[in-house]
Amino acid sequence: MSEPVIKCQSVYKIFGANAERMLKEANGNVDAKTFQDNGCIVGVNNASFEVSKGEMLVVMGLSGSGKSTLLRCISRLTDATGGKIFIEGQDLLNLNNKELIDLRRNKMGMVFQSFALLPHKTVLENIAFPLQIKGIKTEDSINKAMDMVKLVGLDGRENYFPRELSGGQQQRVGIARSLAVEPDIWFLDEPFSALDPLIRKEMQDEFLRLQEKLQKTIMFITHDFDEALKLADRIAIMKDGIIEQLDTPANIVLNPATEYVRKFTEEVPREKVLLIKDVMDETTSSNIGDLKVSKDEIIENVAEKILTQEKTVAVIDSKNNVVGSINPAKIINTVFGGRKNNN
Amino acid sequence: MEVLKKYPKLFQWLFLLIVFFALCFAIDVPETYKFIRGQAEFVKDPNQSAFVFLGKEVRYYAFDVFWRLPPLLGWLPIWINDSLFFLMNDWMPMEFWNEDTQEYKTRPLVLQITRNLTAFMTFLIELIREILLGGLETIVAFTSWDWIDANPWAELPGLPWTIVAAGSAILAYKLGGKGLAIYALLSMTYISIFGQWKPSMQTLSFILVAAPLSFIFGLGLGIAAFKSKRVEKALYPILLVMQTMPQYAVLVPALVLFGVGDHAAVIITMIVAVPPMILLTLLGLRAVPPEVIEAGRMSGCNNWQLMSKVLIPTARRDILIGVNQVIMVCFSMAVISAFIGAKGLGFNLLLALNQLNIGLALEAGLCISLIAILLDKMSLAWANKQVDYFGNLNFFQRNKNSLFFGVVVIAGILLAYFGSIYFKDGYNYLFEVPHNKGISTASFWNKGVDWIFDTFFVYIKAFNTWLIVDVLQPMRALYLRMPAIATLVLVVGAGYLIGGVRSALVVCGLTLFIALSPWWDRALVTTYMATFGVIVSCIIGFTVGTLCFQNKHSTNFMLNICDIFQTFPSFVYLIPVMMLFGITDTSVLIAVIVYATIPATRYTIEGLRSVPAGLHDAATMSGVTKFQRLFKIEFPLAFPHMMLGLNQTIVFALFMVIIGAFIGTEDLGQYILKALSDKKGAGIGLTLGICVAFIGLIFDNLIRTWVGKRKKHLGID
Repeated sequence: MSEPVIKCQSVYKIFGANAERMLKEANGNVDAKTFQDNGCIVGVNNASFEVSKGEMLVVMGLSGSGKSTLLRCISRLTDATGGKIFIEGQDLLNLNNKELIDLRRNKMGMVFQSFALLPHKTVLENIAFPLQIKGIKTEDSINKAMDMVKLVGLDGRENYFPRELSGGQQQRVGIARSLAVEPDIWFLDEPFSALDPLIRKEMQDEFLRLQEKLQKTIMFITHDFDEALKLADRIAIMKDGIIEQLDTPANIVLNPATEYVRKFTEEVPREKVLLIKDVMDETTSSNIGDLKVSKDEIIENVAEKILTQEKTVAVIDSKNNVVGSINPAKIINTVFGGRKNNN
Repeated sequence: MEVLKKYPKLFQWLFLLIVFFALCFAIDVPETYKFIRGQAEFVKDPNQSAFVFLGKEVRYYAFDVFWRLPPLLGWLPIWINDSLFFLMNDWMPMEFWNEDTQEYKTRPLVLQITRNLTAFMTFLIELIREILLGGLETIVAFTSWDWIDANPWAELPGLPWTIVAAGSAILAYKLGGKGLAIYALLSMTYISIFGQWKPSMQTLSFILVAAPLSFIFGLGLGIAAFKSKRVEKALYPILLVMQTMPQYAVLVPALVLFGVGDHAAVIITMIVAVPPMILLTLLGLRAVPPEVIEAGRMSGCNNWQLMSKVLIPTARRDILIGVNQVIMVCFSMAVISAFIGAKGLGFNLLLALNQLNIGLALEAGLCISLIAILLDKMSLAWANKQVDYFGNLNFFQRNKNSLFFGVVVIAGILLAYFGSIYFKDGYNYLFEVPHNKGISTASFWNKGVDWIFDTFFVYIKAFNTWLIVDVLQPMRALYLRMPAIATLVLVVGAGYLIGGVRSALVVCGLTLFIALSPWWDRALVTTYMATFGVIVSCIIGFTVGTLCFQNKHSTNFMLNICDIFQTFPSFVYLIPVMMLFGITDTSVLIAVIVYATIPATRYTIEGLRSVPAGLHDAATMSGVTKFQRLFKIEFPLAFPHMMLGLNQTIVFALFMVIIGAFIGTEDLGQYILKALSDKKGAGIGLTLGICVAFIGLIFDNLIRTWVGKRKKHLGID
């Protein structure tokens, strides 16, 4: 595997007057309570992870868990107090102002919870803004922006002002703006949290459609666990600045690392999250029926078919080789068993 | 006892009032007390006491300290004056190259700086003025008088009025569309036909220098204060005082520093116009949401781009209000600075008022107001201008305004040329209608004034007499009857009850400064006039505002009226009242009331508007009547905002009271006016200005503290 696009090593962000000194003295053992007593607030506590090219990492946590702070450290909207951050191998914290601006102009795009559109510019001007900042000619930037307007489906509204748009439409503008410079890395800070549930679902689908097309490296912040499960390649769950668990959705649901993570996973409908390969047996038993299912199917989609079988079902990979088997009883067990509340 | 516990605040206030009145009754008026005391330093009288501080002798009539404090700060104006003179004439003499005499000359540093500054300002004003009106000075500035003598053709010819009028209409059309263009054309034509062209262009050239400079400085300092806490802390007290300092008072020290003329006027205008611009810039920048800033950063803005493309445009609303304020102040100062020799409409206005030629004054005032409204609307339209990217325009369409202007210039020159043939012997009316050779309606207005005076003389006089004898005189006497110690107790007590020890100390300091200056009695008179004006203004403003708020159209209508009235220079208000009431206190007070009613009305409407719609609906669903809703929901919630309006009303009233000295009042303003014509008046003028500013700040502090607490209590903003 090639070099990770984003790489964090023991990143700390501590707010307060003596943050740096205290961090040094703590010697890598940061306790939120001691820091708080000394007037410092721990935002991010020892975060280490990597995001590889084309991967979508969703950072999930409740408000105040430090997820937005983490994102701002990686986009260097705030400077991390300690640790190292590498963007495509470049040491982010050692970049000078000019290099940082270059990086943002060419490699990064960001979407904000409150849309953060410029109120005095029209949809088109907002989208063209990063291009014009880069110094691209007005005509070219406007043409490019027009393509973006079409991409997010706002044709015909390009001359509207943000105040004349609904929340969903405003966020489409925010998304289009962040994509205008064709960045490799895409940061999204709770982009859909301020939207109505119906619009939110629509935007999530739209987002998945875009990502399929664009294949960006993404860090996506949300406080909605369902959203995280729906979108993520991997999920990082944060609490009090600490990453409690970082894993695939399936692993988080199946093997929650801490009590805190378990609480989130309890209510999750597993059949919607888990794939066949997550629950299948690696061995093939003799009692196999005619039905074959792909290992990459979500359980929900094939559960009915499997449950109508009496025999064990064969699991195949994309090349039609049998790689395992699954018993209908296993499906029932996965969907209904093993939950505290239901027992 | 139960009642006492239930309303502790009420009883504290009652107690304060009791102490106040007890002090008032306990301390008798000293037999030797006469109202006038301020001139003590000029009169030598064996009954006077004297003390010497910093080498300055202060003479004064001594009273019981409880009645009037001794003027322990009496040395301050003299000291300021001497320091200023020292700075100008003796401090840091240096060698400077003199262009005219071609040799080095010794001059004090400050003098040299101010002289260079004034030379620069003069150049700017003359440049614009001569483009509009023609002249030699600009060319002289680049060459020399000798060169001019050798080349008699070298003179800026000035633009014919037709070109300026049509040009401004085209500009107005480009910025704000047809309506504004028609307004521009009509007002410019009016100004020309009525023979006010020359003074109007003089005023315009003054404004075109002062307003952009004030805007740039205000914006720059506002940004600096936004970026650095230290700059903000250094600026803040100055801004605060300047907000409530009457514009008059700044004239006097500036006179010493910059001399007499348009250049000094521009500098003073900047001193007055920059502070509100700074405050509003700061306010606007602070209100930009942090995510918008982050979005700008993530778009790859460097610091300059972030400021110019993200922060300033996003803060545009407040910055525009700042521009509006700058233009307002500039026009106001265009009149006031006529006192120190600025040319133009203001000078004509003052002259006409002095001669009691109301008609002429009215014409000049109208012209100022027309230009003020035009510039105000144009600047607004400019800021709201939108670019169309998809217009596939050809050369002609893209440049039609410039082309049209070119045609206008040629047509205007041709017209002026034909005019010079046609009006062979007299004035070329197609080039410039000379001053007082246009149509004048002055005699009509003067007759009108005479008619009103003749017809309603009895009623006006009766009203006047009643107001003065039965209302104003007793009120004034009451104010002067307050012993200093009682006033101090009242003000400090109020400060303590409203804002705790901190507020009490601030207010105490401000009051003590005035009480220890030689002008306490004068300050009382100023306060009495302002109080009267504020009370009436508030009653009118709150009533009108509330009534207008009942209907959406009348609300907008009223806000528009407020906008227009606010654009009038403050001096203009004196014209109609002098028409009706002549030179009396009544005139001043009515001008004060009209002027101060604007903010009272505006803030009432805005306050009522700020009541959340949800509450409105909730109240309606609880089945309240219109009156119940007004009194139980809207007023309590809008009250804090309305109190901010009261604050503005007080500042406006104070300004107008001071300006009223022009008509003749016996308060601080009278002395400021006197200081203007006094060679050693700089210190006095400045100290008097500070006194007025402090009166404003006392109320400002009390009201703001109260509003802050109230808003917190109600959980709004």
